[in-house]
Amino acid sequence: MATLAELPLSWRVFLRAYRWRRIDPVPWTPLRKPLADCRVALVSSAGFVAPGQAPFDERGRGGDVSFREIPADTDVHTLVDTHRSEVFDHRGMRADPNLTFPIDRLRELAARRRIGAVNHRHLSFMGGITAPGRLVQRTAPEAAQWLAADGVDVALLVPV
Amino acid sequence: MCTQAVGLVAAELERQGIATVCLALLRMVAERVRPPRALCVPFPHGYPLGAPGDAVQQHAVLEAALRLLEDPGAVPPVLVDYRE
Repeated sequence: MATLAELPLSWRVFLRAYRWRRIDPVPWTPLRKPLADCRVALVSSAGFVAPGQAPFDERGRGGDVSFREIPADTDVHTLVDTHRSEVFDHRGMRADPNLTFPIDRLRELAARRRIGAVNHRHLSFMGGITAPGRLVQRTAPEAAQWLAADGVDVALLVPV
Repeated sequence: MCTQAVGLVAAELERQGIATVCLALLRMVAERVRPPRALCVPFPHGYPLGAPGDAVQQHAVLEAALRLLEDPGAVPPVLVDYRE
């Protein structure tokens, strides 16, 4: 289990007073068909971008709420770590981006028909969003519209 | 912060008809934010699927997450601890 104790002191102090955004009521979509018939997309907050895409911007107050489209056929080892946060250890995901953006694992699940299909694109956010107002009001609904339009049945979300 | 961000995105996906499952690194955050379905993993920040290069372990975590989706009796919010 990750613990607050592994974070820098400044973050521990900040988080002690932080008012987490409570989801209430909790929206719920049941699985409507077997996973073997479902189209699945990944959403990661590891701050990865595909080659040539603009990096995430850590400088803005409250965090960068934008997201990037990662084509599903991207070679996971070409993803670029643009998450500037020093709060976590980047070495693992730089050595193996599947650790936070498991593109290869999802392909393997589809190959053995545990899931029906991999969506043609995944979405990449950068966590560290301390002021999630614009995320909730604007970019998260936009991201959901994209995936709903793609016919995605299931999304797997991975924080870092 | 990442656990909150993915939880908030998951909530919007669920509102638009997509079933979701989140991994969560800090149980305390998942308890407060309440993503619809979350698997709390026993790994440090930066390592949500365990060890780099360990496809077997990564699949084990993903399989546990997928099973949360398949539980017909689940009552939201679902928060389950991953056991290795």
